[in-house]
Amino acid sequence: MAHDHAIVSTGKPFVFNGGNEAAFQNLLTKYPTRRAVVLPALWLAQDQEGHLTVESMEYVAKRLEQSPVSVFAVVEFYTMFKTSPLGKHQIQLCRTLSCVMRGCEDLQGTIERKLGIGPGEKTEDGKFSFELVECLGSCGTAPVMRMDNRYWENLTVEKLERIIDACREGRDPAGEDFNRG
Amino acid sequence: MTAPKIISARFDVKDSHKLATYVANGGYGTLKKLFAAKRDDVTEEVKRSGLRGRGGAGFPTGMKWSFIPRNDDKPKYLCVNADEGEPGTFKDRLILERDPHALIEGIVICCYAVGIKTAYIYIRGEYDFPLARLTAAVEEAYREGFLGKNIKGSGVDVDVVIHRGAGAYICGDETGLIESLEGKKGQPRPKPPFPAVVGVFGCPTVVNNVETISALPWIMTHGADAYAAIGTEKSKGTMLFSISGMVENPGVYEEAFGVNLWEFIERATGGVKGGKRLKAVIPGGSSAAILTADEARNTKLDYEALAAAGSMLGSGAIMVLDEDTCIVKALEVVLRFYAHESCGQCPPCREGTYWLYEICHRIREGKGRPEDVDLMLSICPDMMGRTICVLADSAAIPAVSYIKKFRHEFEAYIQRAGAPERHLHPGGVNLESRAL
Repeated sequence: MAHDHAIVSTGKPFVFNGGNEAAFQNLLTKYPTRRAVVLPALWLAQDQEGHLTVESMEYVAKRLEQSPVSVFAVVEFYTMFKTSPLGKHQIQLCRTLSCVMRGCEDLQGTIERKLGIGPGEKTEDGKFSFELVECLGSCGTAPVMRMDNRYWENLTVEKLERIIDACREGRDPAGEDFNRG
Repeated sequence: MTAPKIISARFDVKDSHKLATYVANGGYGTLKKLFAAKRDDVTEEVKRSGLRGRGGAGFPTGMKWSFIPRNDDKPKYLCVNADEGEPGTFKDRLILERDPHALIEGIVICCYAVGIKTAYIYIRGEYDFPLARLTAAVEEAYREGFLGKNIKGSGVDVDVVIHRGAGAYICGDETGLIESLEGKKGQPRPKPPFPAVVGVFGCPTVVNNVETISALPWIMTHGADAYAAIGTEKSKGTMLFSISGMVENPGVYEEAFGVNLWEFIERATGGVKGGKRLKAVIPGGSSAAILTADEARNTKLDYEALAAAGSMLGSGAIMVLDEDTCIVKALEVVLRFYAHESCGQCPPCREGTYWLYEICHRIREGKGRPEDVDLMLSICPDMMGRTICVLADSAAIPAVSYIKKFRHEFEAYIQRAGAPERHLHPGGVNLESRAL
């Protein structure tokens, strides 16, 4: 499960902000080992900065008394940990069987045409990034994508176009999602 | 006979995710009786109910609990597997979104029976909305005294910690899940030792699927006999079936075991979309062997009948392929999934899933070689039963079954190799106009 992880160094030291420090202290009470806090602490770090950096990963390692390489290895293993900045709207289009049967490849074409980017790419204005992902567990409402930390279900080309347009124009795309179950 | 709704009874109730709604509908009603019972009697009750694991393996739940050492000073843990990832499966998500308190009550039942004080719910990282609902439900349960120290004055303590995954199918394997929970890559462990002896943090651990745990409140309320009276002799109770693909109304449908597979699909979903003909059914997640239309019409829906048909019930994920669906493309997509999700530690899996996908991909692209179909078949035996977990088998089993049952489609692609893509498919379907 190798992924493309170009690890970015910001040159700036990383520390948890106040809310995340409190959340981190709470996490330490929930597990019998410090190592078990690696994934939840990485989530906090990623949520704080949008992606993980050399500095934030080293910080997590240090706080949890782990070697930095063991934390890097974890980051590299899981597809949802990101080591480079993605778009403001991160489109994750499911490409597994039920979504393929229900037309996700047409949606991929729509995204590529409309945004001018392929899988793994980001638009120049930084508004969108696009990746193809494996089964999102929403096969009953296929085709589906995940964007802005939620699912967009029963997609059609027209609905997807409206969602993208809304994002482009700074409107809330949820307004286009009228058949959410 | 219509099966009683056990898991999905409250799915359509307004505000079903809230504690007050759950309690108003009888929820948390089992706890008084539970805490008065002897712990081992609870395990016996679950054993007698015949409940089996709904995550895919179908292992008897009560028996799994009974493997946990009883006279051991070590802490014991429950890991609830909410890392729903087998392609075609989307039923645990519905429980998390619409009936999270049934899961929490089930957790208390399991923890009481086995003597566990801490349960971890491992939820897949992509499930934002189910996670939000589950988090709110756990907070509410703590507030109302259904979780935490001294639950409702019983002296029983149960803590629940929600642990978010980060995108790895393999963490749905029980030892992959345990490794991930410990803060590592989710690479499965060799067994033995089994988690019941050495599980998470080196301690005895029960790993159960969300749906399995969510069946417990009903079993404790109505009794093991009532549960065991539903279904067949060996497949007892009901199951949530996730039905997707080319049907009129995809969705999650609860049904008792033992019904005819295709009749159930037709009744539940309205049949094949657009009045097309049925081509094939994948009955138990994408790692299950495919069934032809005839096989699907002549098979019952239970653990034993599907095993006898050469496939499996798995996670109850049924995918329906219509006459226009290209089998070569379907297999390519399935193999791509397993190649992507192989954790890489066992060579037969890392190499096997990669090469099966590569070969199937080149066949579908019109670059297949005459020997390719047999080449794929020759790879599969070396992937089965030779690895730490069953991910390699999960790729090899569909590969063998798709090829054996639809070999002519693969050969048609190879015979037309080099032709423009729209002429490759034996049915002449324009692959550009339709996804498959």
